[in-house]
Amino acid sequence: MPLPYYVSPEQMMQDKAEYAKKGIAKGRSIIALEYVDGIVLAADNPSSSLHKVSEVYDRIAFAGAGKYSEFEHLRKAGIRHADLTGYMYSREDVSARTLSNAYSQSLGTAFSTDVKPLEVEILVVQVGVNGQANEIFRISFDGSIADEKSFAVIGGRSEAVQQYLREHATPQPPTLKDGLRRCLSALEQVATQKIPSENLEVAVLDRHRQGRKFRRLTSADISHLFA
Amino acid sequence: MQKPRLRCSKNFRPDCDHHMNPMSFLPHHDGSSFFDFLTQHHPELRPGLQDISMQRAALPVDLVRPGTIPVPHGTTVLALKYRDGAIIAGDRRATEGFQIADRRIEKVFRIDEYSAMAIAGAAGPCIEMAKLFQTELEHYEKLEGVQLSCEGKANKLGQMVKANLPMVFQGLVVMPLYVGYDLKRQEGRIFKYDITGGRYEESDHHSIGSGGKDARNTMREHYRLGLDEENAIRVALLALYNAADEDVGTGGPDLVRGIYPTAKIVSGAGITDVPETRVRALYETMIAERRRS
Repeated sequence: MPLPYYVSPEQMMQDKAEYAKKGIAKGRSIIALEYVDGIVLAADNPSSSLHKVSEVYDRIAFAGAGKYSEFEHLRKAGIRHADLTGYMYSREDVSARTLSNAYSQSLGTAFSTDVKPLEVEILVVQVGVNGQANEIFRISFDGSIADEKSFAVIGGRSEAVQQYLREHATPQPPTLKDGLRRCLSALEQVATQKIPSENLEVAVLDRHRQGRKFRRLTSADISHLFA
Repeated sequence: MQKPRLRCSKNFRPDCDHHMNPMSFLPHHDGSSFFDFLTQHHPELRPGLQDISMQRAALPVDLVRPGTIPVPHGTTVLALKYRDGAIIAGDRRATEGFQIADRRIEKVFRIDEYSAMAIAGAAGPCIEMAKLFQTELEHYEKLEGVQLSCEGKANKLGQMVKANLPMVFQGLVVMPLYVGYDLKRQEGRIFKYDITGGRYEESDHHSIGSGGKDARNTMREHYRLGLDEENAIRVALLALYNAADEDVGTGGPDLVRGIYPTAKIVSGAGITDVPETRVRALYETMIAERRRS
């Protein structure tokens, strides 16, 4: 067997990271923003059936950017993880922090051992009830995990979207209507054209809902909200 | 190059590359069924006895003699259709032989937005099945993005009853009564089961448990097609009252402790609990009519 050429670990990791970043930047952005009743997730998504935002558990939602097949796999695994924990222990023992750690471990191991890293960036968000704070975790392709405050952006030209949200941040969380408007303007900053409401995928984690807090907003709901 | 193989500590499959898989921090499974996921990857969490074949010699149930197949003892739970859906109700008593084990046990469970089930049989496995069925439907909905059809949910429950068959031979029967609102047909539907998982749809009303026959008799007399909500609840509560009158395993309204049967309304608007005050008021009228002065 011929010896493979030597490649320094630094070079290998850098190549992998560049490859993954390129894949993630190709897509469109997704925003998670705290609003007065919880967290709103907004994505620029022309498909109405292939979702980027999904329910995971009572208070937890997931959003994935990058390669669909890869983040879809992670989404399903996360739901299994959450449902198993909830079944084994109790519903209140399922937490975004534990789930984010599992995602981080998986992505980190895949990044360092697999030939091809996963081209994904994901968000795990949890709405706080009974006076608890909301939690927003952003997990990158290499498994690095960030605990975000008030908003987070993944996929596409996330830096530009983040910049817009930072400039337009308010000390108090906005209402759903204002928050969604802000998300739309932020997404339109990086889009080439105006985003019609049917191309907007929106879901909320509303702390005032009974039981499961996750709710999708249909394009009719969004139009009604903006009217 | 030979891939290093580690023996998986969990189920001792020598070819299992559990530990080599970077996704091993997250559970992997193909398919959208939580029940199948548990069966394959966490058999210790699945309801039922796994090593049943070892104990075949000591079966407490003699299948050769007729009439020895165990049936649920104690309990009356019932379901009946009304104009906008169906009512599902049950008594609150759990028994251990001739002793009362629990006076306020819940036998009617909300499963998801449009379905509920009531159970008769061994309390432990019954509650476990209800919990697993809840998780199963929610799991499917989250993975697939859509709810199962009413028919699909009823069939899935049948498979779970079938998987419980080894437990039946140990005397631990779980017998569900399933009520779902069919969004396509816009009507409530009632399904009953047998111990082998056989699934049978009832057209108007049904009741199971030791007092089931008495409740069925009452419902047969008082049931009318297209009952309104108030009258449907009244028939359900009357059937439970009569069953408690005839059957020791069924608890009637306990006026001293303030324990009343529970009922849920399954309709296009979702599942709603019948508030205890409403149940109490209906029973008070019913009892006042019967009281000898």
